[in-house]
Parts: sequence; structure tokens; C-alpha cells
Amino acid sequence: MVARRGWPVVVHPLPPLLHNQPHLIADEVRGLATALLLTHERVAVAYADCGTYGALDAVCAELGIRMLPGLHCYDLFAGESRLAAYLDDEPGTYLFTDFLVRSFERTVVRELGLDRWPELAEDYFRHYTRVVWLAQEPTDDLRARAEAAAARMALPLTVVETGDGRLERALEALLA
Amino acid sequence: MSDPNEILKGLYDETLVGNAPRVLELTEEGLAAGMEPQSLLFEALIPSLEEVGARFERGDFFVPEMLIAGRAMAGAMERLRPLLAETGVETVGTFLMGTVKGDVHDIGKNLVNIMLEGAGFEVIDLGVQVAPEKFIAAIEEHKPDIVGFSAFLTTTMPMFKANMNALEKAGLRDQVIVMVGGAPVTQEYADAVGADGYAADASACVKRAKDLIEQKRAKVPA
Repeated sequence: MVARRGWPVVVHPLPPLLHNQPHLIADEVRGLATALLLTHERVAVAYADCGTYGALDAVCAELGIRMLPGLHCYDLFAGESRLAAYLDDEPGTYLFTDFLVRSFERTVVRELGLDRWPELAEDYFRHYTRVVWLAQEPTDDLRARAEAAAARMALPLTVVETGDGRLERALEALLA
Repeated sequence: MSDPNEILKGLYDETLVGNAPRVLELTEEGLAAGMEPQSLLFEALIPSLEEVGARFERGDFFVPEMLIAGRAMAGAMERLRPLLAETGVETVGTFLMGTVKGDVHDIGKNLVNIMLEGAGFEVIDLGVQVAPEKFIAAIEEHKPDIVGFSAFLTTTMPMFKANMNALEKAGLRDQVIVMVGGAPVTQEYADAVGADGYAADASACVKRAKDLIEQKRAKVPA
């Protein structure tokens, strides 16, 4: 997206497995952003709240930098009201993004210990009733992976093609 | 294996690594060797689960390790629970637990349940998506010392207040200690909804629950 839009931006990723440990995100962002502020004119954080429950907002305020709006990436892909409707319709909705589909084995299976203890799947997923994949770029390969992942959770899969237009607009506003 | 010390050590070690079949075998072996159920519980299973909790607090164990150890302990408890009831072992207290209405998340709640039971509480778990009226009916039925409301979503946290209002309306607020918890919950939020206690994790919940029960019992004239 950065290349396509020709934004004068250097992307510095944080470890993706922070997805499973959101309480660590704020400190990780503080460390990286503090270092980058020494060498860059501007730093912006391409995270929403992402399960930090306000901690990331506080870090950004402390450092005088901006971050994306919303509670999490699901809001940024689907839109807040559409997401709320999915969860109101079925509270037992498990959300996939392209990232989660692509990294399911690592982010879900290994991180939740399902490779060592498959029986824990019952503990993790028994109250979920469906998977909704907020698909940004649903290639055939990703579709096959999403189906396999949902099957592993013994849940039906619904594909909602969200694209990444909302994320792009949010990033555009962040960089403005 | 029939040496009691070896059985206790085996139970401790196998619970720690979540080897449920072996924990159950050792429990049976201990009982067959004439060991008291209390001994198996208080000298092996509970200390092992306390160590699991300590390792989790230190960041050496994560959620899967806690869950699998809890499963191993739960298997042994299924076998021991009726025997312990026969011997009249007193529980620390009764803890009624549930995830609030609109929320299906229960991993944290289940970890708390495991730690509470490991600490000697009787835990009655109402499951997930528990409506206020279901909490009220269960409090009237079981008369617990503590009721715990769990929420994982910022959008379902307001159900704490709805539950508190239901308790007030039913005239039960003074009869039960209320604890709240869940990933987005803070002490400030717990105070704002009028809860008696909050804990950030399973081990802290056990300590707080014991303290709150002690405080309540100290207030009641003997």
C-alpha cells in the first residue's frame, strides 16, 4: 500500500505474535518509537487500540505521536458498525483477517498449544459458532487456508470481502 | 508404585506438565494404597497447581500450560470430589462464576476456576452469556460467598453494572461478595460499578477472594 501510493514512509514492523500478547504492545511501541524519533522527522503508529485497552493511546500521547483509530484491526477492515452487527447477531463469532489466515498454524495452532495438546481446542473454541473472515485479498490459496483453519476449529466459515479500503483511508488520514 | 512419597511426587510432577492420564492413574494408585484423598489434594495437586500459577506469573508458563495442568487436576478432582465430600473437608468458600451476557469468552474465567478449586474453593460455573436473572437465580439457589462476573470485551463490561442493579433489585447485594475481572477490566472500573473486589489474574483472584471472605467473616459476630 505504501509503495502503491508512493507514500514517503519507512515501515518498521513489530513482532506479529504480539497479536496474542496485546499487553506487551504499548511498551514495544514505546521502545521502537522512541528510537525512531531520534532519526526520523515523524513517527506514526499503524496500530489501533488492539487490546491494549488505552495503554497504547497513553504511550502515543506521551510521545506526541498519532495512531490509527478504532478498537482493533477488525474495525479498520470491516467498519465499526458492521463489525458490531456481526457480533450482535452471533456473539460466538471468531474473526479471521488475511494475517490470521496466513499465519494460522503459528499464531493460533502453535501459540495456543494445539500442536502439543489438540484436546485444548475444546477449551478454546467450544462457545464459538462461526468464523467470519474479513478478507482483504482473498486469493484461492487464502480461501483454501481459511477453509482448512475453520474446519480445524469445527466451525462454519463465512467470507466477507472487506478489501483494505478503510485501512488505506485511515492510513492516509494518519499520514496527513 | 505404592510408596506414598513417590505417589505424591509423581502427582505433583505430572500435574505440573499436564499429564492427565498419569495423574488419574497416580490418584487411583494412591487411593488403592490407602492414602487419604486430602493428602493427595493438599500435599500434591494443590501445591503443583500453585507452582503452575507462580510460573504463569513469572512468564515461564502461558495459557496452554495452565489449561493443560488444570485439565489434569480436574480429572483427579472428578475422582476425589465425592471422597472429599464424604470426609467432610470444609471448603474455603463457595464461588459462583459466570461470563456476562453477550460475551462468550471464558478462557480467563476457566483459569480462575482452576486456581480457585485448587485453592480449596467450591466453584459453581454458570458458563458464558449469563443473563442477570440467571445470576440472581443461582445466588438464591446456591447462596455463594462470592459471585464473579467475567467480561473480555469493552462492549460487554457494562453488564457488570446491569448485574449489580439486578442484585440490588433482588435484595441480595449485601448477602454476597461481588468480584469482577477480565482483560479490559481495571480496579477503577471495578470501583465504578460498585464491586467489592477485582483481580488482574487468576492467582491474584484467589488471594483477593480469600481476603474478602476473611474480612466478611470477621465482621459477622460469632
